[in-house]
Amino acid sequence: MTNPYVIQPATIVEKIREAEHIHTYRLQLVDEEVRRTFRFKAGQFNMVYVFGVGEVAISIVSDPDEPEFLNHTIRAVGRITKAIAALQSGDVLGIRGPFGQGWPLDEARGRNVVIVTGGLGCAPVVGAIEYIFTRREQYGSIKILHGVKTPHDLLYRERFDQWRRAPDTEVLLASGQPDKTWSYHIGVVTELFEEVAIDPMKSIVLMCGPEIMMRLGVPILMRRGIPETAIYLSLERHMECGIGLCGHCQMGPYFLCKDGPVMRYDRVAQWLGQTGV
Amino acid sequence: MTSGMRGVLPTADLQRLLDALSAKGYRIVGPIVRDGAVVWDTVRSVSDLPIGWRDQQEPGRYRLEQTGSHEVFGVVHGPQSLKPFVFAPREPLLQIERSKNGLASRPTLPQSEKVAVIGARACDLAGLATQDQIFLNGAYRDPYYAARREGLFLVAVNCTRALNTCFCASMETGPCAKHGFDLALSELDDQLLIEAGSEAGCDLLSNLCLSRGSEQLSAEATTRVDACAQSQVRRLDHSRLPQALYDAHEHPRWDEVAGRCLACTNCTMVCPTCFCHTVEETPDLSYQHTTHARLWDSCFTQEHGYIHGKNIRPTIKDRYRMWLTHKLASWIDQFGASGCVGCGRCITWCPVGIDLTEELPALLSPGIQPSIVRQRVDGM
Repeated sequence: MTNPYVIQPATIVEKIREAEHIHTYRLQLVDEEVRRTFRFKAGQFNMVYVFGVGEVAISIVSDPDEPEFLNHTIRAVGRITKAIAALQSGDVLGIRGPFGQGWPLDEARGRNVVIVTGGLGCAPVVGAIEYIFTRREQYGSIKILHGVKTPHDLLYRERFDQWRRAPDTEVLLASGQPDKTWSYHIGVVTELFEEVAIDPMKSIVLMCGPEIMMRLGVPILMRRGIPETAIYLSLERHMECGIGLCGHCQMGPYFLCKDGPVMRYDRVAQWLGQTGV
Repeated sequence: MTSGMRGVLPTADLQRLLDALSAKGYRIVGPIVRDGAVVWDTVRSVSDLPIGWRDQQEPGRYRLEQTGSHEVFGVVHGPQSLKPFVFAPREPLLQIERSKNGLASRPTLPQSEKVAVIGARACDLAGLATQDQIFLNGAYRDPYYAARREGLFLVAVNCTRALNTCFCASMETGPCAKHGFDLALSELDDQLLIEAGSEAGCDLLSNLCLSRGSEQLSAEATTRVDACAQSQVRRLDHSRLPQALYDAHEHPRWDEVAGRCLACTNCTMVCPTCFCHTVEETPDLSYQHTTHARLWDSCFTQEHGYIHGKNIRPTIKDRYRMWLTHKLASWIDQFGASGCVGCGRCITWCPVGIDLTEELPALLSPGIQPSIVRQRVDGM
């Protein structure tokens, strides 16, 4: 019987600074056999463990086609993520995963893909974008709409620039508190909907960010004619076990660690925005 | 046929059953009186059992009393269900040590142990079946739970007396044990009617060489169980669940119950089905070894709904609503059956006597406007 709680050591191969208190950790599993067989889907997450401190659920941001390296972008905000921030290249973390349902990239095939993210919410979608770009001919147009509070919060700046230069791809950025260097939209990400042409019946929307962004953004998209069954959200709750047993990550009838984190909007519409759910 | 085999044992000979279980290598666990309550503990002799004791349970009240009778299973149930036998309150999952690879984790699966539990009630068997579904039948099978579950031999006792807090009849989980047991006993004055419910139960029963018992005795057992069901004063109408409770999300009754709830977590600790747990890391002083353990958690704690800098369920109202809605509604969506088995423990062990059989109908009836509630409170 496989034990879903066993933690595998993984070396930090590289620690890349993304923004204040945010780093991307490039990890390599120590055990060769485990490394060779580890496969994940874009949008899935790992439980990342620090010796003597504990585990935290972090989405995998790297390309599913390169599973020998696992990238995790982590903001030092809580007890465990602060302990992760204290580690350097060469140090060892623990990994347990991958868990959860990823983005519906098969379903998105042949359709236009609209990606809407806010803040650190762009991380769980990066793997999906990379996946699409390596199979570019299989997908229609790509529109990436990303909002940040301040320009300092903008992660993956080079990648956004790189994606912007790709054919049939639009990248729109918004900042609510811009500085003089900001040459993009001023305001919130949902205002960017006005600036893009979306063919509602040919598009699929992938959204990740603060719940308020999704709650306010989805109705605007639906008014544009996008069916609620074509909108996917990556949702966040506290996850301790990753396998639907500890009870913390419930949202209505779902365990977001195993039923999510990616959920089709119509399945969660009833719960999104309800207080205390 | 593995079930349906029956026999009659004079109550005075109950030790023979215990001895037969011991001979099969089981440690016997039964109800014993300790600190004014009945708890599960190792039983060596029939005299360890709570002979002549009865429990009285009311909302927020639990008392044991001596009746002077020879009744062995007069106590219906204590605060503990069967849950602790399989889902341990604190379970080390891994021992992790620093190594040349950085860290090495070793699973700490429990030693397999044969445990025979004598005195399990139908509601407890239903609770165990619910736990099995969570820990064994999902996408991930929990090996720690599985190891504990494997060694269990369950001797159920059919209830012939309902507590004031019982409502298993309306939940269709009792008072008669229908499945999930190895043996089921009906205590009829000075006789025990024993029924086998599994191959292991049949095997044990045939070793006891009992008389088959009359049809009249079986009929008497059925009559007493039926009377027990009839006598239950509480019931829970679950016909409109889950949707009716989802629809009641903004009902003013939640404020009212939150005003009484202490968020003490008692209801979740005594519940046979609650499975929430948290993970605790305990490094030793050298910081070379650490124990990665899980322990029971409760949705009534502040931390349960915490997510990096935010609490999803900051108020007691949010948390009581989470608990009741999960137990009676979303559980049905998740597992196809209610998360409540009608044992009534949450009613008894709530320090302020909050009663879900009272809360549910109130929540499903048209709500009084919050302003009216406020006026009433102000006018008091």
